[in-house]
Amino acid sequence: MKKLMLGNEAVARGAYEAGVSVVSSYPGTPSTEITENIVKYDDIYVEWAPNEKVAAEVAVGASIAGARSMSCMKHVGLNVMADPVFTASYTGVNGGLVLCVADDQGMHSSQNEQDSRHYAKASKILMLEPSDSAECRDFTKAAYELSEKYDTPVFIRLSTRVSHSQSLVEEHEKEDYILKDYDKNPAKYVMMPGNAIKRHVVVEDRIKALKEMSETTELNSVEENGSKIGVISAGIAYMYAKEALGDKVDYLKLGVIYPLPEKKIKDFAEKYDKVYVVEELDPVIEEHCKALGVDVIGKDVFTLQGEYTPTMIKKAVLGEDAAPFEEIGEQIPVRPPVMCAGCPHRGTFYVLKKLGLVVSGDIGCYTLGATPPLQSVDTTICMGASVSAAHGMAKARGAEFNKKLVSVIGDSTFMHSGITGLVDIVYNKGNNTVIILDNSITGMTGHQDNPTTGYTIRKEPTTQVNLITLCKSIGVESVVVADPFDVKNFEKVVKEETEREAPSVIIAQRPCALLPPMRKKYSGHCEITDKCRKCKMCMKLGCPAISLVGDTVKIDTTQCNGCGLCTNVCPFEAIEQK
Amino acid sequence: MNIMIVGVGGQGTLLASRILGGVAIKEGYDVKVSEVHGMSQRGGSVVTYVKYGDKVYSPIIDRGEADIVLAFEILEAYRAMPYLKKGGKMIANTQQMNPMPVITGAMEYPADIEKKLAEKINLQAVDALSLAEQAGTIKAVNVVLIGLLAKSMDVDKSVWIETIKETVPEKFIDLNLKAFELGYNL
Repeated sequence: MKKLMLGNEAVARGAYEAGVSVVSSYPGTPSTEITENIVKYDDIYVEWAPNEKVAAEVAVGASIAGARSMSCMKHVGLNVMADPVFTASYTGVNGGLVLCVADDQGMHSSQNEQDSRHYAKASKILMLEPSDSAECRDFTKAAYELSEKYDTPVFIRLSTRVSHSQSLVEEHEKEDYILKDYDKNPAKYVMMPGNAIKRHVVVEDRIKALKEMSETTELNSVEENGSKIGVISAGIAYMYAKEALGDKVDYLKLGVIYPLPEKKIKDFAEKYDKVYVVEELDPVIEEHCKALGVDVIGKDVFTLQGEYTPTMIKKAVLGEDAAPFEEIGEQIPVRPPVMCAGCPHRGTFYVLKKLGLVVSGDIGCYTLGATPPLQSVDTTICMGASVSAAHGMAKARGAEFNKKLVSVIGDSTFMHSGITGLVDIVYNKGNNTVIILDNSITGMTGHQDNPTTGYTIRKEPTTQVNLITLCKSIGVESVVVADPFDVKNFEKVVKEETEREAPSVIIAQRPCALLPPMRKKYSGHCEITDKCRKCKMCMKLGCPAISLVGDTVKIDTTQCNGCGLCTNVCPFEAIEQK
Repeated sequence: MNIMIVGVGGQGTLLASRILGGVAIKEGYDVKVSEVHGMSQRGGSVVTYVKYGDKVYSPIIDRGEADIVLAFEILEAYRAMPYLKKGGKMIANTQQMNPMPVITGAMEYPADIEKKLAEKINLQAVDALSLAEQAGTIKAVNVVLIGLLAKSMDVDKSVWIETIKETVPEKFIDLNLKAFELGYNL
């Protein structure tokens, strides 16, 4: 029977059916659910690694040791794992190795919109791109076959709409996969110059062989409808094109993104009056066609930014207008994401804003500390940059500036790549204050465990990395734990630590309000009593449950969870927890 | 059939879209459900699409293409109005949740949304929050609305009930079925 599955779930299913036995990843929207779904299969070893580089290295090691292995990441995670990946291209594999990378066209939950297809060409690694969940399963299985046949890692490129759309998938039995023998083979696996020079020759030969494969594989398919217009497309864009254009055009659907076929494209294109390339983000396929001398229409009519829609494609290719619709006819307020009611970060940012500090921010729910009314975050670059960028700021502007500067970084993000920045501060005589927002979980991606939570991905108890002893062992002498909801004390701690002429760490400790124990703890709601003097201090928290109705502050009991933070900032004790 | 579910992150739109997707499979259709995860879930506008038919390609719904819009909050209903097909139907919870620009005073919550919607489109407005409270928890707003949706679709009621039983955690089945009935029987 066919089952409705997320693209991510189908990739996990494909991995299971292919006999994968080791999976290591770091969470990142929209890729997270691949690894979470692997947990369903008891006979696969699965883990959350501290970052994508570590995860990829675990998968590479497992492959060399003879297992079929996998690592999954979002597009920016691929930047982090790039180092081992480029060299794994040289070593090739023993057991099949598949790296799943999910791009985020439209930036639903990301800091940039990079097109990961460039990495395939740069690292000379085969890349496949499925268009729906059934293909996610099929292509994953095909990827393992190809990985072993051509001795190469394989990328599977996903996107938000493929990863996070559910469509029908047929489940098949698991293949019996026996670990490949492990033989010591330094010429293949020790990449020092003498060996790597020889392996580079192998890589170039492999690309030639893969190009031939790309000409004949069923993963690249032609669909003829007798049209004068041809469309070359791949991934989710193919589905949009298919819906928009139906049988009014002919298609070359590319499942292999790198290396792209040459003869197949030329043979297809010469049959048509006009050929369109429909691909989101960068003109990767288009430039390939143009380099072959094939005249195609691409980014002249399609945008380089965001997600496509069938309507957009219909208009560009057929000149047909969008369906008629009712216009709103007035400006209405947007509804941007906000920190949840009860979010521990709210207390932290309330204090940082009150003290007027420069805040070097990071990637996580707490990036929302940049939005009104808290608006305290100054910068967000990438995972870990809060710590190292603040060090750079302090070195650029000196000691007085540094006393008004803090870094904020989540527990999981600190494990990911904050530690090295902190080492840099200690080693290079920095005096920065780093606030680790320890909410006991990886929040933004939907509650994944990490080295500081004390549990594995399978919820088995494990050794918990102790943030205090970790920071002290690096050489940070002042490590202070403070509850960000105790705003008076938290403010005092921040003042003391930013004044300190030494590196310091504040661990802002309070669990995420959405964790089950906190849901139990925050069971009631808050109420404003008649002691209220309408000073609106509580409005400064930017709590979604607190609104101004006329000149009166009201708490919406359907949204309030009774966390009590507002009771701590009210100067007149006019808010009570019920 | 194109059904768009809109609401505010945390209201349970994802569960509603999964129930609807499950029902469509049971009816033998090809189905696609497009979900929202990650940052946009955090109290922001959330939109999920459920499409079914003989063959579905694109998982998304464009403006003017939704046969039904199921809205969990009235401002989100208004925001989604352009997506409704001419002659389509909108089922909207009248609940009002202030977005941050309203909370900070940068903008006002638009007045008379229900009236404006009713003038332009086929609207069924319902206080689903009160019905959910009757069922036992305000969190059941999503299943109350699924009940309303079920009433206006041509699918046997038993299929909905069976799908709800399969989709929600076992200890909440009775509560959710009660919420479904309250919506269905309205």
